[in-house]
Amino acid sequence: MTESTPTKAADPALDGPADTLEPPPARIHGWRAAWRELVKAPLTGKIGLVIVLVYIFTAIFAPVLAPYGETEVVGKQFQQWSSAHPLGTDNLGRDVLTRMIYGARNTVGVTFLTTCLTFVIGAATGLLAAAVGGWTDQMLSRIVDVLMAIPLLIFALLLLTIFGTSIPMLVLIVAVLESTRVFRLTRAVGMNIVVMDYVEVAKLRGEGLGWVMGREVLPNILSPLFAEFGLRFCFIFLLISALSFLGLGLQPPTADWGSMVRENAILITFGDFTPLLPAAAIAVLTIAVNLIVDWFLHKTSGLRDDH
Amino acid sequence: MNKVLVMVAQRIALGLLTLFVVSAIIFLAVELLPGDIATEILGQTATPETVAAIRRELGLDQPAYIRYFEWLLGVVQGDFGRSLATDREITELIGARLLNTLFLALVAAAVSVPLAIGLGVMAALYRNSTFDRSVNIFTLSAISMPEFFIAYMLILFFAVRIGWFPSLSKVDLDQPLFDRLYAVALPAVTLTLVIVAHIMRMTRATIINLMSSPFIEMATLKGLPPWRIVVRHALPNAWAPIVNVVVINLAYLISGVVVVEVVFVYPGLGQLMVDSVVKRDLPVVQACSLIFAATYIVLNLTADILSIVSNPRLLHPR
Amino acid sequence: MAEIDRLKNLLSKGIISRREFMVAAAAAGISASSASLIVPSPAYAAPKRGGHFQLGLGAGSTTDSLDPGRYLDIYMQTVGHSLHNFLTEVTEDGELVGELAESWEASSDATEWTFKLRKGVTFHNGKPLEAEDVVASFNHHRGEDSQSAAKGIVDPIKDIRADGKDTVVFTLEAGNADFSYITSDYHLPIMPSKDGKVDATSGVGCGGYVLKKFDPGVETVVERNPDYWKDDRAWFDQITFVAIKDVAARTNALRTGQIHAMDRADLKTINLLERDPSLNILSVTGSQIYTVPMITTAEPFNDNNVRLALKHAVDRQELVDKILQGYGRVGNDQPIGPSYRYHADLPQREYDPEKAKHYLKKAGMDSLTVNLSASDAAFVGAVDAAVLYKEHAAKAGININVVREPSDGYWENVWMKKPWCMCYWSGRATADWMFSIAYAEDANWNDTDWKHDRFNKLLKEARSELDGNKRAEMYAEMQTIVRDEGGVALPVFADYVNAAAKNVATGKIGNNWDMDGLRVAERWWFKDA
Repeated sequence: MTESTPTKAADPALDGPADTLEPPPARIHGWRAAWRELVKAPLTGKIGLVIVLVYIFTAIFAPVLAPYGETEVVGKQFQQWSSAHPLGTDNLGRDVLTRMIYGARNTVGVTFLTTCLTFVIGAATGLLAAAVGGWTDQMLSRIVDVLMAIPLLIFALLLLTIFGTSIPMLVLIVAVLESTRVFRLTRAVGMNIVVMDYVEVAKLRGEGLGWVMGREVLPNILSPLFAEFGLRFCFIFLLISALSFLGLGLQPPTADWGSMVRENAILITFGDFTPLLPAAAIAVLTIAVNLIVDWFLHKTSGLRDDH
Repeated sequence: MNKVLVMVAQRIALGLLTLFVVSAIIFLAVELLPGDIATEILGQTATPETVAAIRRELGLDQPAYIRYFEWLLGVVQGDFGRSLATDREITELIGARLLNTLFLALVAAAVSVPLAIGLGVMAALYRNSTFDRSVNIFTLSAISMPEFFIAYMLILFFAVRIGWFPSLSKVDLDQPLFDRLYAVALPAVTLTLVIVAHIMRMTRATIINLMSSPFIEMATLKGLPPWRIVVRHALPNAWAPIVNVVVINLAYLISGVVVVEVVFVYPGLGQLMVDSVVKRDLPVVQACSLIFAATYIVLNLTADILSIVSNPRLLHPR
Repeated sequence: MAEIDRLKNLLSKGIISRREFMVAAAAAGISASSASLIVPSPAYAAPKRGGHFQLGLGAGSTTDSLDPGRYLDIYMQTVGHSLHNFLTEVTEDGELVGELAESWEASSDATEWTFKLRKGVTFHNGKPLEAEDVVASFNHHRGEDSQSAAKGIVDPIKDIRADGKDTVVFTLEAGNADFSYITSDYHLPIMPSKDGKVDATSGVGCGGYVLKKFDPGVETVVERNPDYWKDDRAWFDQITFVAIKDVAARTNALRTGQIHAMDRADLKTINLLERDPSLNILSVTGSQIYTVPMITTAEPFNDNNVRLALKHAVDRQELVDKILQGYGRVGNDQPIGPSYRYHADLPQREYDPEKAKHYLKKAGMDSLTVNLSASDAAFVGAVDAAVLYKEHAAKAGININVVREPSDGYWENVWMKKPWCMCYWSGRATADWMFSIAYAEDANWNDTDWKHDRFNKLLKEARSELDGNKRAEMYAEMQTIVRDEGGVALPVFADYVNAAAKNVATGKIGNNWDMDGLRVAERWWFKDA
């Protein structure tokens, strides 16, 4: 059975020496500033952005773009590429291009949602642990230790079998398990910020916990979090597709790229690379997301190319 | 140094606590799964009487908490019990599997860690060059492919098409070393492709980050050649985050490679655990999860010790 | 003679077996000897001895046990048939012959069965075969404390006793004309006894191969038994059974020559595999069925009109084409296929959305929305089959929601629990056996919770009826009832599809179970050994 990426992903654990930390990022004010940043962006960053926009466009307008219905059986199975079916048909005779387009919506949508939830949970608890410290920190850290000590995929399998496999449950379970990785990162980086003088000052000023976490610490750890987002997105995608294959992910006949890869993977061993299409779609998206992340890191790290 | 010892002692105590909690969670989770060993072993042919007979024989008719504490008592005395399905000693069942898993992890790590760090250093050194970009894109593509996908492609080219390597990784404890290495070549390469990107990107990011520090500026101003700056000055200071990410990937190599084991039919621990979960063979599941959890805890501790030892400021805090 | 021509035609197309032909010919008044003259026997090359055969099987688990009462899947079943012999054997032609039993006879009410044992057979440990061994081997599965999967099969045995060294007498609770078939079941090998008990996990039997190495979930190695009593069986010197779950890994191992044969070829890519010049596809139409049981006590399936609507709403041929890639044939909503002795040739039910609508209206509905639970645990392609069913039924105004269930726990959580799900059944040796385990009102696995008085009455009567013609009539009526009123939609019969290297030779392949009736170890050989 099974698949992929338990702990292979992880914390770019910046909990080491303080000097690996990013300086505070420049804040962007308003749309005009954002536009200026965009124009100044390196070519790779622009490429990444365009690719991501194309995916989002495809996901939103899938029903308009797709030539056939998502689950419609339109002909014989495994037809060659033709003008009627630009990417041929799949094992049940459904149009592959249509499935790819709807796959963008289902796969990217669910993955994005899960990744965001992962970061909300992980960052909030991580910040809390860093800002409050003491027993709260101990408790949260020990819980995370326990969760991380159990192989991710097997744990996800157990939980999904117990709690059922609706999409909300899938998103929630994956997000909670993955958020442990984000927690560790946030806490580690946050610890270094919390001891900074300006945070002390804010605390002395009598600012509330929420304010300190949200306004003082969070903005200063955004860049490592953002860097993590790029890879985490990819790992979450792989985890969900692994679960889909095991019958615990998205429900058929919903088109999703993970299942499309797995269902036809055996074709590869005969030198037929059709399953490469959904896999490549995932790879391109991962690369694009990471190009944007690199650009963002580059911008905030204060590095110049001539170094 | 004393401080390190205290920390190690503390962490070991915490680690034992973690192991205890993990075993309780896994026990609970497997208990909550539908069915038990009796229904799973009998499958479609289960009748109420035979199921009851197996439960009686294995003591499954006792309440769950009693079984858990009996198991725990055994473990504390070093007795992991017997497999419910085959009645074999767990230590005997797991021993060979564990060695196989460690062997594959070792081979994969021996290739991938130096490779990833080397690539990371080079990419940092020649950042934004064509080399940097192509390494980045290649490694990112590799991690966004599911593992079985990479494995199938390697099998297609190296086993089916040119026939250099076997597609089944049959290993044996009394095989000569070279034969074993030959047998695990393809799975090791698969795993290498899977983990290189992560380590390499971390190495690159950390070193680039360090390049703006004053001491590196200083070295640059002294006119040292860039590779010397990176290798002699930046790298030693970048160990902590790199070691951390290496360790996490090592933990993955031991506990997360079920898919690779399945595709190459490699008799490792992951498959044993999955089989045992499917059959609800609790003692085996428990033993496997304890090994995985212990691996994670020990590796994590190692990473922390290395971080501290390599950083005087953490070793002697103000 | 027109009847004979029709039968010959059916036989040559493989629609009926040689044995069915003989039976039907006998019914048409032709004596067995002249019937066998009409049938051309295919010529097979003479087998050769030797070689180390590597067999890759898509099952097997680290939790496997050598205890025959725990044989769960094709892996241990095949290993078991290499180590062990049984009282009776179903041949490749589907005939029942004695294996360790030389002969047997039943009392007139079919409640007492006497088996005479073959003389001069020894177990791997040197112990000669005696009646006590048979008694102990069966008792291993019987009794209060039995943990055996075969308990349900041996429960009707009231008593077993040895009568001298080579006679065993079985007394049954009720007459069963098919009891001698039951003794060929894969759970019931004969093992050596000591003090009235067998050591079920030792792997010692009197089969063609002796156990050398047993590493569950990885591989099992057996060596030829030099003292085997059959001299025309068990050709290989050594066999390794390799557990390879992943079908792509199995295919690759076969194509790279690491194994010589494999089971369950991937049907999606079967046309690509067919093109490989170094391989043969070995497929055989058996009695394996893919079923879609509806629980007849649950809404809306408690109305037979709804069941009939759904039975008319599936395009069987498309399932055969797209799920089985042609390796199968359409089913007719009852499990007794052409390979059974008492198969009745009923009119084929066709895909007819209009009829489905008609039955829906009779049930007082304009449209219908139902959930169909599926998982590839039921059979490979079950989820796809459910998706196609959904598309077919949509044309009849029936909306099927396909619910993919987790593979793990499918048989506990879904099958016999959810009102409608995907399922499969291996065929059984006799129609009575098949009906008794899954269609009788009191059967443990009556997976449609179906109770039909006439059917259950016929089933009991036919069991002890020794007149073949009367039995045939009774079974025909039962098949009609199941087809028109039963709870099972049975769209396809699936072939057993295996693949082997060109230098592996076989005789005619048995179709009572997968892997040549599980007897691959005994029956196959290397051409160039």
